[in-house]
Amino acid sequence: MAERCALVSQRCESVTSFVPFQDEEEGVDTGDGCDEWSSGKALVKPSDQLELTEAELKEEVTRILTANNPHAPQNIVRYSFKERSYMTTSVVDQMSVHFVLEGSLLHQDSDEARRLRAEGDLQKGQGLQPAAFSLLVFPQATPAEGGGEVDEEDRPDSVASKADMKEANVTNQFNFSERASQTLNNPLRQRSCQTEPPPRSTFGATANQWEIYDAYAEELQKQERNKEKQKAATSKKENEKSKKKTLLMETQNDDLTKMGEVAKILERMVTQNIFDDIAKDFKYFEDASDEFRDQKGTLLPLWKFQYDQAKGLSVTALCWNKKYQDLFAVGMGSYDFRQQGRGMLVFYSLKNSAFPEYIYPTDSGVLCLHIHEQHSYLVAVGFYDGCVAVYNLKNEGLEPMYESTAKTGKHTDPVWQVCWQNDDMDNNHNFYSVSSDGRVVSWTLVKNELVFTDIITLSLQGGFSEGPEAAQPLGIACGTSFDFHKHIDYLFLVGTEEGKMHKCSKTYSSQFLETYDAHSMAVDAIKWNHFHPKVFISCSSDWTVKIWDHTINTPMFTFDLNAAVGDVAWSPYSSTVFAAVTTDGTVHVFDLNVNKYEAICQQPVVAKKKTKLTHVEFNPIHPILIVGDDRGSVRSFKLSPNLRKKPKAHKNGADNITKVLPRLLHLNGLLCSCPRFGCSQPGGWVVS
Amino acid sequence: MAGTGEKKEEADYKRLHSFPLIRHTDMPEEMRVETMELCVTACEKFATNNESAAKMIKESMDKKFGSSWHVVIGEGFGFEVTHEVKNLLYMFFGGGLAVCVWKCS
Repeated sequence: MAERCALVSQRCESVTSFVPFQDEEEGVDTGDGCDEWSSGKALVKPSDQLELTEAELKEEVTRILTANNPHAPQNIVRYSFKERSYMTTSVVDQMSVHFVLEGSLLHQDSDEARRLRAEGDLQKGQGLQPAAFSLLVFPQATPAEGGGEVDEEDRPDSVASKADMKEANVTNQFNFSERASQTLNNPLRQRSCQTEPPPRSTFGATANQWEIYDAYAEELQKQERNKEKQKAATSKKENEKSKKKTLLMETQNDDLTKMGEVAKILERMVTQNIFDDIAKDFKYFEDASDEFRDQKGTLLPLWKFQYDQAKGLSVTALCWNKKYQDLFAVGMGSYDFRQQGRGMLVFYSLKNSAFPEYIYPTDSGVLCLHIHEQHSYLVAVGFYDGCVAVYNLKNEGLEPMYESTAKTGKHTDPVWQVCWQNDDMDNNHNFYSVSSDGRVVSWTLVKNELVFTDIITLSLQGGFSEGPEAAQPLGIACGTSFDFHKHIDYLFLVGTEEGKMHKCSKTYSSQFLETYDAHSMAVDAIKWNHFHPKVFISCSSDWTVKIWDHTINTPMFTFDLNAAVGDVAWSPYSSTVFAAVTTDGTVHVFDLNVNKYEAICQQPVVAKKKTKLTHVEFNPIHPILIVGDDRGSVRSFKLSPNLRKKPKAHKNGADNITKVLPRLLHLNGLLCSCPRFGCSQPGGWVVS
Repeated sequence: MAGTGEKKEEADYKRLHSFPLIRHTDMPEEMRVETMELCVTACEKFATNNESAAKMIKESMDKKFGSSWHVVIGEGFGFEVTHEVKNLLYMFFGGGLAVCVWKCS
């Protein structure tokens, strides 16, 4: 190649002296160009030019420029196994490389360019440009040493341009590290649910013109009927409403009463459960120690009946119901003259000691009561204000069925005793009352009212209603108790406040049959014996209890009890047993058959000594005793076997009379053997 | 004379019997009232075209009470349908029109 250039340059000497550049490296093309341009220009002769003659100079030499590489071999022969001979290869590579220059230009969109741009930005920011260049050189380390400088020159240009643009941070493959992590995914779970489909039903109908017509016609008729009803019923609306109200009330009441019965039963169950041991004692307990007690007995305390509304009231009357022997009535009032207030009539049952069965509040204190023997729902009550009333337990209300008023002859003083009598000839119920105003009145229940009849007026002077005028008001005695004979209808006894007792007859209104100077103070109770027709007992605040034969003026037995005696009662099972209660809280039980002088049981029954016992009653069939006190509570006691001794029955005895007879005989025996003067004297008694 | 009388009667009864009369329903009170009023409105609006009235009713019911409701309006047809309980109304209206609306998916 260098020879060619030299030849070309020789040729050009004649013509191309004006050629400004003489570089040997330039290609052939530039030489030809020179030839044509500078053909008409003046020639400059170089010193070492060949000397040629003009003829030789004019000789035209043809030069053919071909693309053939003169250095390329033209006669390469290769052995061809196919032909099995040496064959010349026709095709020879004619290219000859004159110069190689590794370029540093990168396509701007290529990966490497982008990388470089990013790198350039980074480095620019950090101010490490010279380092960048050196870094950039490494990736393109090629053996083209000649182009090294040019490379560097080129690259700064391109890099600078790249650095100017803001590029995204391209990860450096040497410093770049990848990290990855996988979070824990919750495991998948399938849930499904099937709800019940909404319920369905079928419906079918026909829609025809006549159906529609009929329906409308019916509707119109209905409307007309409603209008008529409304017109007619406007006046009755209020009545209907009120009727509805009453109906409602009744139904409510019905519900309540039903509940009431159930509640009552439940209450009884609960109470009996609570007081179970008492109930068992009541039924089964017999005091075994009575054998060792030498004829004496005890009272076993059973239930205590109290009503908290009745606190402050004293028990003023007790009465057992003959028909329902577990039911007894308690009258509440006050004996204190100064403290008179309201009163109460309360009925208790042994089956439920916690709460009364019936409660009747009264305006005035109750002083006495008596339950009718046949019609046990009728209760006669006497009040402190002198009224008497009859309550009907069957009635719903709290008001008495009959009540006496000032017009109808009520007493002017407290009524101390009432007592039912047998029905009179007109079959009307009637009862008697005795009061401090000295009258014994008989009340008859005639239809809706009480009709009174004065039976007798008690007077101080032995029965004469007439007396000196000045003394007449003084002449009236105050009756405090009375009792009717069990068998002799007209006979009755009255006790007075002065201490006298009168035997009277219903038929004689002015005169007493007999008068007994019984006590020094008011006679609190007077009771006929249940069995003996002649014997009665009386007690008084003068601390004594006396037993009388009504034919004899003087008492047969007198017992001094060391305290004012509130009440005395005969036992229903024996003619010789009676009980007395005193204000010092003691119950005395006597059995004349056993001991004529002393009580066979003297038992204090109240906790506080100040409580006074006011009344006592025996139960008709059960061996229990109820005692009322002045604090409003009633206690029940069971009589121990020693107190319940019945006289032995006759071997022949089968009917009532013969059962009663032995008792009579017993008592008779006792009576006969006692002296006439009524003082209890020791001595040799013959007990039959 | 008789003819005119009859015609008058017809007109009368049509007038008298045009109030909406519910024949059978088991819908709750509020729903019933609303549906009845909707039917009346639709029938009055599309007095000549039962289909449009039915369409209006059905679409309103779908929107208000959920899918999917069915409505039949006509003067003479019999039907037997299964409906969701408490979602049926069968009423007469306008003297001679019967509307039956029920829901069943």
